[in-house]
Amino acid sequence: MTALLETRSLSKNFGALLATRDVTFALEAGARHALIGPNGAGKTTFINLLTGVLAPSSGDVLFKGRTINEVEQAERVKLGIARTFQINQLFRGLSVLENVYTSIAERVGAATNMATPAGTRRDVIEESMALLERLKLADVAHRTIAGLPYGRQRLVELAITLGLKPEVLLLDEPAAGVPSAESHIILDAIDALPKSIGVLIIDHDMDLVFRFAKKITVLVRGAVFAEGTPREIGANAEVRAVYLGQATHGS
Amino acid sequence: MSVTTPSLSDSLAARTLAGRHRLRWWEPLPWLLALAFYFAFPRYLGFGTEVLIMILFAIALDLALGYAGIVTLGHAAFFGAGAYTVGMLAKNGIWTEPITGLILAGIAGGLVGLASGLVLLRTAGLTLLMLTLCTMGLLEETANMAAEYTGGFDGLDSLPIKPLFGVFEFNPLYSNTQYLYVLAVLFICFVFVRTLVYSPFGQSLTGIRENMLRMHAVGAPVRRRLVICYTISAALAGIAGGLWAEANAYVNLSTLGLDRAATVLIILVLGGYGRLYGAIVGAVAYMVLEHYLSKLYPTAWQLGLGLLLMGIALFARGGILGIWEALTRRPDRSKPS
Repeated sequence: MTALLETRSLSKNFGALLATRDVTFALEAGARHALIGPNGAGKTTFINLLTGVLAPSSGDVLFKGRTINEVEQAERVKLGIARTFQINQLFRGLSVLENVYTSIAERVGAATNMATPAGTRRDVIEESMALLERLKLADVAHRTIAGLPYGRQRLVELAITLGLKPEVLLLDEPAAGVPSAESHIILDAIDALPKSIGVLIIDHDMDLVFRFAKKITVLVRGAVFAEGTPREIGANAEVRAVYLGQATHGS
Repeated sequence: MSVTTPSLSDSLAARTLAGRHRLRWWEPLPWLLALAFYFAFPRYLGFGTEVLIMILFAIALDLALGYAGIVTLGHAAFFGAGAYTVGMLAKNGIWTEPITGLILAGIAGGLVGLASGLVLLRTAGLTLLMLTLCTMGLLEETANMAAEYTGGFDGLDSLPIKPLFGVFEFNPLYSNTQYLYVLAVLFICFVFVRTLVYSPFGQSLTGIRENMLRMHAVGAPVRRRLVICYTISAALAGIAGGLWAEANAYVNLSTLGLDRAATVLIILVLGGYGRLYGAIVGAVAYMVLEHYLSKLYPTAWQLGLGLLLMGIALFARGGILGIWEALTRRPDRSKPS
């Protein structure tokens, strides 16, 4: 079976710094996969390589068996690879609804239309509102991002990406900074996604990772350090030494 | 949002988005006032024509700067391209019909915008600002050097523009025809821009302004959108320049210079950018102030404008319309910026 998204001997260096070393990785259809590792392990660099923000120094990124090294960022989104950002990247001056509308309009190909008002695309508005309802954001849909509490902004971050209906969903610390009372909304939303899509989550929150993931890859200094089921990773003494042990003392 | 709400699309946010393009009661006012001006101040129609042209120019800039967030200090390049297109074609007797002349001016402005935009819009911020300035400088110097075609520093005067529809003369002493002609063109262009900014394309331009990184990540071809927007904006600026040449029956380097580019930027900042009507309010406020201040204090009138601009920059980033919005906004849509 072909993986949805895979990398083969993927490396990326910034000058002398090897941020990603020879990573061979596969995200299967329907995967609930977590990527963990200490700070500076190169997790976000890896996401940037998958999404086309960065070009690899060597190695390949493949989508459904096809090399996509040369495919630009926006075109990878059209293929079905979407991400959220570790630090919110929102349209701050716009309303919550407009944030999601902008993303969905892009997916359905409405955004090239110059001639009719955005408000006449009722289908896009309805879909946006339905998505906001799912993420418990409907009550603040009219509000501008800048005036929202951080946890709510984090949900908008997720909503914009879910609006793209991706086949591969890359979540970069989706629950970071979200009050625990609201973090379940994020997990519930991920649980409610179609089973067929592949989800890769990067997080420091071990409770979240172990609750969510069926498979865990541990990245240390840019290279794959260990890979396995949560049970295997949890039992791996070396992983505990480099990472899990740290996490219990850290933030 | 309560459980009893029959449909999600009835919520406040959905209704706001679905209806934001609808005509508001005050929107015909500027046009009625412009018509009233025609009858009330027949002696000032030359001045009025100048204001209307600057409004169109400022609207063109607003599309690029206010909506798509393209920082530019060189928009007079396109204004000048349009003006010189009309001027050179008329002076050499190649083309003197005003309406088609305007279309050619728009095409010329648009082509300069497209060509420079393809290169310039790979950059952003200060680099982009400097490059737009350089493009304009290059054009200005070209117009200065190619005196054989452009008249050089003196420009081209006494352009033989044909009467409008073959009937209405452009009389340089009585600007009646010019005023109504420019007003009509401005109206058409305004309706075009208004349609554009409320469209899904306009929404995506706003998205690019608000967060370019995220627009890439939702799959938008950001650079293509910017180039399209820049080209349209340049074409509109070209039309404004063409109007200027036709209305004044001359063209000179002032259409291409930093003075004009800076003035239109000041107008937009004064009125409030990204607000469609900011261009109108700004142009009227700026040019009326300029008119009276320069009469009152012929030597130091720019001091007054400078102080006003400092006030706007320090305390009212949204310009005059921004102040108005702050005074009238609903608290739940507050936007600290």
